[in-house]
Formats: sequence, C-alpha cells, structure tokens
Amino acid sequence: MMLRLQNMDEPALALARQVAPAVFAPRLLQTLLRVLAWLAFLALTMYCLWLFEMSPLRFVNGLGTLLHIVAQMFPPTAGDMLATYLMSMLQTVGMAFIGTVFAAVLALPLGLLGAKNMLSNGLAHFLFRRSSDVLRGVDQLIWALIFVRAVGLGPLAGILAIIISDTGTLAKLYSEAIENIDKKPVEGVRSVGGGPLHAIRYGVLPQVLPVMLSNMLYTFESNTRSATILGIVGAGGIGFYLSDRVRTMNWEDASFILLLILLTVYLIDHLSGFIRSRLIRGQVAKQPV
Amino acid sequence: MRTEVIKFERQFAALQAQKQRQVWWYGGLFVLALLISAWIGDFSPAKIWHGLPRIHEYVLKTLPVLGWVTLWTDLTEWFWGLRKWLGLLLETVLIAYLSTLLGTVGALALAFDASTNLQRSGWGYGLTRRAMEFARTIPELVFALIFVFAFGLGPMAGVLAIAIHTMGGSGKLFAEAIENIDMKPVDGLRATGASWLQTLRFAVLPQVFPNFTSFTLWRFEINVRSASVLGFVGAGGIGQEFYTAIRMLYYEDISAMLLLLVATVMLIDIACERLRHRMIGQENMS
Repeated sequence: MMLRLQNMDEPALALARQVAPAVFAPRLLQTLLRVLAWLAFLALTMYCLWLFEMSPLRFVNGLGTLLHIVAQMFPPTAGDMLATYLMSMLQTVGMAFIGTVFAAVLALPLGLLGAKNMLSNGLAHFLFRRSSDVLRGVDQLIWALIFVRAVGLGPLAGILAIIISDTGTLAKLYSEAIENIDKKPVEGVRSVGGGPLHAIRYGVLPQVLPVMLSNMLYTFESNTRSATILGIVGAGGIGFYLSDRVRTMNWEDASFILLLILLTVYLIDHLSGFIRSRLIRGQVAKQPV
Repeated sequence: MRTEVIKFERQFAALQAQKQRQVWWYGGLFVLALLISAWIGDFSPAKIWHGLPRIHEYVLKTLPVLGWVTLWTDLTEWFWGLRKWLGLLLETVLIAYLSTLLGTVGALALAFDASTNLQRSGWGYGLTRRAMEFARTIPELVFALIFVFAFGLGPMAGVLAIAIHTMGGSGKLFAEAIENIDMKPVDGLRATGASWLQTLRFAVLPQVFPNFTSFTLWRFEINVRSASVLGFVGAGGIGQEFYTAIRMLYYEDISAMLLLLVATVMLIDIACERLRHRMIGQENMS
C-alpha cells in the first residue's frame, strides 16, 4: 500500500509526526549547505577574475584590438611562400603519422602489462598504469621543448614528443580495451596447450584489434591538430611559420596558415572517419552472433 | 557432390586471394605513407639511434644528487623554488577552472541549437556547428598567441583561449548527448505550450545533466594540462617558468617542476574521477 501524506487523516498524521519528526522538519542543513556551496563557487570565480585582472573594460578594449587584427587578416595571402607553407603543412601531417605509428607499437606491451586481466600482480599493474599516467600528465609541448634541447631543433624533437605523450595515452586506452574482453577465447587457447604469447595472439588480439585501430585513428586526428603547434618551440612543422607570422604581425600570412590548418584537419578527420567506418563495418560482419 | 566441393574450393581460393590482395594493397599504401612521412619529417632510425645517448645524458643531468646523510638539505636545494612554483601551479589550476567555466557556459549557449532534434532554425544549426568546429580545430595555443596581442600578456589571454577551445570541444559532446535524449518529455512540455527555454529547462536538462557534468570534469582535467604550457607564449601559468628553465638549462629545476606538475595533474584526475563516480552513483540510486 502506498502511504501518502495527503491521503492520511489527522490522527494518522499526528502519529507520523511523532514517529518520524525528521520528515517534517524544515531541511535547514541542506539549504544551508547548498547556499554555502553557491557562495563558495561565486567567491572562487570572483577571486579568479580579480587575480587575472579580467575587468569588463579590459575585455572590451581587447575585443576592439582583436577585431582590428581580424580585419587585417583579410585577404589571406601566402605571398611567395606558398610552396614552403604547403611543404611544412605536409611535414606536420607526416610527423603526426610517424609519431602515432611508433606510439601505437610501443604502447602495445605497456597496454598488455597494464591490463588487470593480463597481469595479476597488483604492484606491477600499478607501476605500469602510473608510468603511463606520468607520460600523459605532461603536455606534449613540454616534451617537445625538452627534446629540442636534447636532440636539437627540427621535426625529430616533435616526433619524439608525440611518441612519448601518445604512448601513455594509447597504453591506457589499450589496457581498458583489453580489460573488457571476453576471456573464453583466452581460456580456450590455454586449455589446448597454448603459451601466454599464443593466448595473446589468438585469444586477445582478434578481440581488441578493431578497438585499437580505432583509437589509433583518433590519436592520429588529434596529433594532426597538436602537431601544428609543436613548431612554436622549434620542433618542426607549420607552427614555426605560424608563430613567426603572428609575432611579426604579418596577419595576412597568419590567416592563410590558419586556413591551411583548418582545411588539413578537416581532410584528415574525414579520411580517418572513412577508414574507421570501413574497419568497424568489416568487424561487425565477421563477429559471430 | 564432387562438383559442389570443387565449387566451394574454388570460391574459397578466390576469397583467400582477394583477402591477400587487399592486405598487400593496404599494407603497401601504409608503408608508402610511412616512407613519405619519414622522408618529409627528416626522420630515420639512425637519427633516433644518435639521439638516444643525448636524451639519456639530458635525463641524467636533470636528476639531482641526493645523499642519504644530507637528504633533507639536498631536497630543499632541489626544490628551492617550491613556494613560487606552487603559487604558479595554483594559478595554472585556476586558469583551467575559470576557462572551463566560461567555455562550458559558451558550450551550453550553442549546444541546444546545434543538435538536430532541438534546433530552432536551419541557419542557426549550421552557424553554431561551424562556430564550434572552428573553435575546436584551432589549437588553444594559437588562440593564446593571438590573444596575447589583443588582451596583453598574462593569464587573461590564456583563460579566453582555453575557454574558446572548450566551447568548441564540449559543445560538440553536449550536442551529441542532447541528440540521444528521449523526446517524449519534450513533446509533453511543448503540448502544454511551454516556451523553448522552459522545454530545455524541464525536459532536456534533467536528462543530460549527468552527462554534461561528467564531460565538464573531464574537460577540466584536459584544461589543466593545456594551461601548463600557456606560459610558453606569455599567457600565464607555470609555463613561463618551465620555458625559462628548459631554455636556460636549469636542469634540476626542470625535474622538480615536472614532478610537481605530474603530481598536481594526478591529484586532479583522481579527485575528478571520485566526483564523477559519486555523481553517477547518485544518479543510479534516485
């Protein structure tokens, strides 16, 4: 039977009040907590605005300058640098591609060892997971700057930065994919006398390969975007020209490079989406019901 | 019977050959792409081989000398700038906080118009979609680079840059979440004559709120990372200090700051994960 306050008569209500006074008490504490949370949120936001000196006046003034800059960006031109810009855009994509391929290969052992169902040793699992967290926790650009110092200016530093930071990202994604597999094929391979490597090759890989490839493609897309700024610290790619043109206030060339980046990223996204849809469609057809 | 077996064998062989051709074809394309990339990216195994010892050397240089007896003094010497660095880290986290907040507000303003099931007009849909694409395709550091000219050096340029990027990134995720809602509550409210905003508030928001919170917390984690390099272009945070240390070869400072940064990022990741799990748990209970 449903007990509702509005269905109760007077004596029943009185009894209810006596038995469970908390139900009828005003929710003071809860209201108070809610008000306090909102006040803390407001105070933190105001503090940030104050700390960063973000006044409306400064915003409006800045917006004016920004509009001025945007007006100067038209028309976008490449001057006589068209070939150079195109070439270094191509270099950016190449860096992203090589970096992704190497990271995908290096992440494989890390991902396998970081998966709970592959390595039952808690400490080792923890170490592998945390080491990939360290690789991920530092921004790609910091790695790039460090590698520029270690191996010199040029695309090699950028490629190494991509490899390092994406090995961490992909290892984490791989581990998650591997932890979600059906373990029956693995047991099957083991039960007919297959070793651990056989189990990985015939039990694990067929299940996770499509997910891994899909992750790789996403990483490639995101790397194409992030590789465009590696040049800001001299680690190769179009970023060098972009930051140089912005710093020398050559806005027409800067906007041309921005358009080039937009177009390239758009193309790469579509290409990778096309490949992904083909891979996944093939996989769905192959999977047993 | 025999003919059928032969037919099957023939078909099987044909399929196998087709599969093999595909492998060669796509494998060849892949290798070709790799070779072109290596050539244009000036990349070779030999270069890595020569680079490795230098990287090793560099890493060794960044590690401080720690003795057992003098451990405390060594540590204090290693982390000599702890107070300054912690202050800058706090600034970095606050930049991430404020930019996530502003960006999320922007994303909320755009996402409803940019979802196929709630759009108010065709051109509004196209406009918001394009704006969000633009905002998330241009890297935040490029926005920061330009904003430093417009708004002056300092965190304000960084906050706005990351906010714009967040608006594009979160806006897309928000719109996808909105497209997956159950439309019955929306129809119900519309039938009572509710306005567009009222429909959003009472029919859509309750359905998407847990998703939105989860995305926003995740975005905050990402933004902390992005905020750590804003200083490279003079837009605030710990990046400026990093830039100086790496450029000027203050080796031990680099490792000290990297450790602090990684610890901060990890703490924030763990806290956000806890919060997310708690919210999802609550959502399942109610």
